[in-house]
Amino acid sequence: MSQLSNVDEAKRAEWMELYERMLLIRRAEERLGKEAQAGNLPGGVHLYIGQEASGVGVCSVLEDTDFITSTHRGHGHFLAKGGDLKAMFAELWGKRTGICKGMGGSMHVADVSKGILGANGIVGGGIAIAAGAAMGIKVAGEKKVAVCLFGDGAANQGVLMESLNMSAVWSFPVIWVLENNGLSEFTITRKVTAGEFTDRARAVGLPTITVDGNDVLAVQAAMKEAVDRAKSGGGSTFIETLTYRIRGHLEAEDAFLGGYSYRTQDEIDVWKAPDKDPILRFAARLIQEGAATAEELEELDAQVIGQVDEAVRYALDSEDADPELVFDITFSGQRA
Amino acid sequence: MARQRYIQAINQVLLDEMERDKNIILFGEDVELAIFGDTREVFARFGPERVYNTPICENSLTGMAVGAAAAGRRVILHLMFGNFIYTGMDAIAHQMAKLRMMTGGQMNLPITVIAGYGGGRSLAAQHSDTPYPTLMNIGGVNVVTPATPADAKGLLTTAIRGNNPTFFLEASGRGGDSGEVPEGDYLVPFGKAAVAHEGQDVTICAIGTMVRPALKAARDLEKLGISAEVIDPRTLVPFDEDGIAASVSKTGRLVLVDEAKDRCGAASYIAGLMADRCFHALKAPIKRVTVPNVSMPYAGNAESAIFPNPEKIVAAVLSIVSADQKSFA
Ligand SMILES: Cc1ncc(C[n+]2csc(CCOP(=O)(O)OP(=O)(O)O)c2C)c(N)n1
Repeated sequence: MSQLSNVDEAKRAEWMELYERMLLIRRAEERLGKEAQAGNLPGGVHLYIGQEASGVGVCSVLEDTDFITSTHRGHGHFLAKGGDLKAMFAELWGKRTGICKGMGGSMHVADVSKGILGANGIVGGGIAIAAGAAMGIKVAGEKKVAVCLFGDGAANQGVLMESLNMSAVWSFPVIWVLENNGLSEFTITRKVTAGEFTDRARAVGLPTITVDGNDVLAVQAAMKEAVDRAKSGGGSTFIETLTYRIRGHLEAEDAFLGGYSYRTQDEIDVWKAPDKDPILRFAARLIQEGAATAEELEELDAQVIGQVDEAVRYALDSEDADPELVFDITFSGQRA
Repeated sequence: MARQRYIQAINQVLLDEMERDKNIILFGEDVELAIFGDTREVFARFGPERVYNTPICENSLTGMAVGAAAAGRRVILHLMFGNFIYTGMDAIAHQMAKLRMMTGGQMNLPITVIAGYGGGRSLAAQHSDTPYPTLMNIGGVNVVTPATPADAKGLLTTAIRGNNPTFFLEASGRGGDSGEVPEGDYLVPFGKAAVAHEGQDVTICAIGTMVRPALKAARDLEKLGISAEVIDPRTLVPFDEDGIAASVSKTGRLVLVDEAKDRCGAASYIAGLMADRCFHALKAPIKRVTVPNVSMPYAGNAESAIFPNPEKIVAAVLSIVSADQKSFA
């Protein structure tokens, strides 16, 4: 560690953890992107690359007992909330060692033991589930929160207004985290959206915070405020994290676009630049504050890449999913 | 005739019909850049007055289709994946299917809803459903399931020019399939099955995505000396009872192939109809090759285990007809 550190050891450790978590998501997804492009992964793969600070900042103040609901772009949320990398990879490879035993795949990674109520293939599908989880928490008088992570595309589903309303009426301990990357598939969300999303939350009287979603510490601070409020009985908060999706809507997006495009390479490059990319930014901050040296970060990177390689090996070596399982687990205690 | 891909045939109809009838409007999520390719160029040619690239809000979109039709427009609504029919279901079940009847027939609802259905590609449970049984059961919406580019053209044209709400269900993942498509105005009437392959010993009635594996099964059966007739209802509502019954009366045996789940599926419905209509002609029980009553698992091996395929169709046929049995028939 650098001698000139501006931060104490506790803070340093915390920051390194944030950094490592973001890096893990990045390297894991870069690998998934490669594997998907090479045709080694079945199904649709939606990557979170560029948005890591949002999910990591949000989940950094949560306990395993707190809930999150996620989206089709859920790998980052899963890993940020403490989901296991190997189990996630095995899931994507359709193996029985997968976190959902190969039954769910990329769009449905979930680990209920970690409070991850699941990625979701239905846009907006997590919104009412989060409201309901918060209702459950409230009824039981537990000191927990439910966090709903959703996109700007999902924010136009009517269910959001309905759930916001109830969360305000009954002071549910739910935190709405709108990850605004500006894009809904191939549509620019602004073009189909009137007004500001935060105003929709204000309309029902919820406090709102808009934050730079590529600044992990800013996201963390906003989230901390919201969690403190919710856990002390103050009810719901609406947070908007401003960020950007660097990869296509899904891997192999070009095949769907047929030569058309909805954004320019210049626009993507702006968000990949060191002053925007959440990981490069935080790396610079760590070095500048003396919390780490460039060499230490490189070493960590190599370590993380090693972890990713190991997870791929684990997935490949695992046994295929059990085709009979679907009949046993569709219902509890009852065969389908 | 010209060779066209399935998705191209659909795209051409949309462009032609919107050109032909200025009263047609089209809307849906990502129709501008056309995630399935079927609405390509539609926005560039006819938008934004007649084409709306919408936010994600299926429950409003289906209701708006009803309203725009009630206001006199001819509506094409693109719902992307068949699963999103569920997210838009309220207005489908409560308004689209019922309003004309409840108002004593005062309004026409010329609505075509397009969605791609079906599994087999590891898209997991929320993107792999075959929702036509649900739609059939609502009563009040037409359901069409084109299996070929030509039928895609003919059925879509009929749907758009018709005066009733119609679900035009695209066979997902089959967009690249090509076939001969009649040029110029081409309409396929609703309620008229097509014989995809003639045969004598058994009728294989296959729906939509299942026509192709059924044809493969028929070729395999031929090698075993069994002549299978493959019949494609093409539309589930209205349904060509007479056409299927004629084939079953000829062959005396029926195997149904349906990508929907077995319980209350299209196959079960057709089996019921044919047991009634063809009881005396039937020489063997009616068999169904369907998906069990579970949602699609993600893993390829688990999905293909429950998915209908040519082998399962052949096995179903062999369970009711063998080369030996044939001579006694
Ligand atoms: C109910 C429903 N409608 C449409 C889709 C298709 N779809 C998948 S992702 C997506 C865009 C979502 O945008 P956003 O919520 O902003 O999330 P992002 O992809 O940007 O992470 C759409 C339209 C879907 N999966 N579910």
